[in-house]
Amino acid sequence: MERRQWPLWEVFIRSRNGLDHKHCGSVHAPDAKLALQMARDVYTRRQEGVSLWVVRSDQIVASDPQAKPELFDPAADKIYRHPTFYQLPDAVDHM
Amino acid sequence: MAETREPRLEYVLRLGDSALVLGQRLSEWCGHAPVLEEELALANTALDLLGQARLLLTRAGQMEGAGRDEDALAFLRDPQAFRNVTLVELPNGDFARTVLRNLLFCAFQEQLWAGLRASSDAELAAIAAKSAKETRYHVEHAADWCVRLGDGTDESHQRMQEALDTLWPYTAELFTADAVDEAAAATGFGPAWASLEAGWQKLVRPVLEEATLAVPAPTAFRSTGKGGVHSEHLGHLLALMQTLPRSHPGARW
Repeated sequence: MERRQWPLWEVFIRSRNGLDHKHCGSVHAPDAKLALQMARDVYTRRQEGVSLWVVRSDQIVASDPQAKPELFDPAADKIYRHPTFYQLPDAVDHM
Repeated sequence: MAETREPRLEYVLRLGDSALVLGQRLSEWCGHAPVLEEELALANTALDLLGQARLLLTRAGQMEGAGRDEDALAFLRDPQAFRNVTLVELPNGDFARTVLRNLLFCAFQEQLWAGLRASSDAELAAIAAKSAKETRYHVEHAADWCVRLGDGTDESHQRMQEALDTLWPYTAELFTADAVDEAAAATGFGPAWASLEAGWQKLVRPVLEEATLAVPAPTAFRSTGKGGVHSEHLGHLLALMQTLPRSHPGARW
């Protein structure tokens, strides 16, 4: 018997106090509408969120883990990119 | 032999017992659902129904005034004292039958909650307001499945049609008027169930149509669960549900 899997969907939740949706996991579902329902039933049982996104996993373009050295290592010694060398006036308080 | 009680108490027991028994049925899917996601969806629905049952049976116990709480009513009554509609006590069957029953019954609950929000009983009105949100989701989830399976493969369509042929005759009981119904409606306690049929049909028919399912012709068959005369299935369900509290009275976690 043929056993085809439902496609995988990545689930993003915005929590009550959160401003942005955060990735929280994935679900299998036959289509977008049921993927949202599955995400609701699997990931929001304990009031985790007030908004959900789902996106087909195969629609996400990911960076190549093998390319980590050239993509991310060069930022390691560019500490001047962090705005920690400026004297801020007291009035600015926490920035 | 069915006990006869005050009509408003009977009315609340019909609501509470139906929610309890369907919740128990759905919980049987734990560990058996086709996929993890749907297992949680069914368990969530079961827990919602159980929560509704707890509130309703607590209210029934208060109205009865005999000192019985939700647990006493759920676990220490025999089948003939239960007032759930027969539809909810039938075995789950396959997934098709399970989701179709959820559609048929939860769509009915949706009409009920709408009518009960104006109940002369403030407690019942509050339970209805809380439950309505849960039920709206149950209906949507069940309807989405019915459409996908009914209008799916040859096998899923055939299973859905078999489910509809099996369950449809039991829906007549929901709308069969009786003295309990009339008394509740006359006192503003709750809507007569018979008056909910038009709204229910309006909700259910388009879903079945979209699911390409043929609604069976009406028959003279009337199940009688809400009068306390049940199918042979309820006794087995209650035996499983009640065995622990009956074997170990007062047991605590």
